[in-house]
Amino acid sequence: MNARARTLLFLASGALAAALLLWGTAGLPGFGRYPGPYGDIINAVALSERHVTNLPTAVIFDYRGFDTLGEEYILFTSVTILSVILRKREGPPEPSGAWGGFSEPIAWAGWLLSGVTGVFGLYTILHGQLTPGGGFHGGVILASLFLLIFLAYEARVFLRIFPKTALEALEALGAGGYVLVGLAPLLSGRGFLTNVLPLGQLGDIRAGGTIALINAFVGVEVAAAFALLVTEFIAEIEQKEARP
Amino acid sequence: MIVLQSLLLAFIAAGAAAVVLTRDPARQAVAMGFYGLLLTLWFLAVNAPDVAYSQLVVGSAIVPFVLLVAVSRTRKQPK
Repeated sequence: MNARARTLLFLASGALAAALLLWGTAGLPGFGRYPGPYGDIINAVALSERHVTNLPTAVIFDYRGFDTLGEEYILFTSVTILSVILRKREGPPEPSGAWGGFSEPIAWAGWLLSGVTGVFGLYTILHGQLTPGGGFHGGVILASLFLLIFLAYEARVFLRIFPKTALEALEALGAGGYVLVGLAPLLSGRGFLTNVLPLGQLGDIRAGGTIALINAFVGVEVAAAFALLVTEFIAEIEQKEARP
Repeated sequence: MIVLQSLLLAFIAAGAAAVVLTRDPARQAVAMGFYGLLLTLWFLAVNAPDVAYSQLVVGSAIVPFVLLVAVSRTRKQPK
């Protein structure tokens, strides 16, 4: 195909895509206008039904908890597949320290930010049912702590605190814990993922029953999954850098 | 609020153009991180702090990192 035909093909398909996009946009509700009833219903009932103040968390870990279980396993499966594929490399399975040692300002930035990031990640996970945040967000923040430690020192320093086996065990614990919390109500004849724990006081950190528990499990799973992902990638790059 | 939102939308449009116009993939990953930061501010401006959190950590930390790893892995590949 010559350049002229390619340009023509692009112009035709580009115009079609733009037309479809504009047509779809025209059908959306006006900016800032919310037509559906579900958000309004949740806003009206969730506070008294679940005793949590961050309603998105009530939706994803309780009302639609089954969907979130699938979502969590998407991450779990992706990281598992990544580890299996990258395991075929010839080099060592863990970062060896061949790559690292950044300039002093970068190392300082990583060192200064790592403590704040760790505390903030834990805060975001633990207060998921009260303020914006939750297991997914806090988990990724905690995992970015690993990147900061890598910038400040090198990858092995983090792995000395959290060995790879521990990360794998934590990931399994987080993924399995969610299912166990879902299965527990079946013992007393209630539905999968029924919120059976005491709801606690509105606005308290222990409020929300199983929401707080699932939130914590998801936080552990996401943090471990992303930390594993980063470990695998750094080991992969080191192996390539070491090659002549 | 309308002024803030319009301003942010203009910045986002400029940022998206900047990401596309950056030719070097490694620089593009960094530009993408800053673009993610703009989107974070946008989600804050439309009262979606939960989404802003996700966008901040995934869009400004994890995605640029994964892109940089991919760039480093494919560049200078022995032929």
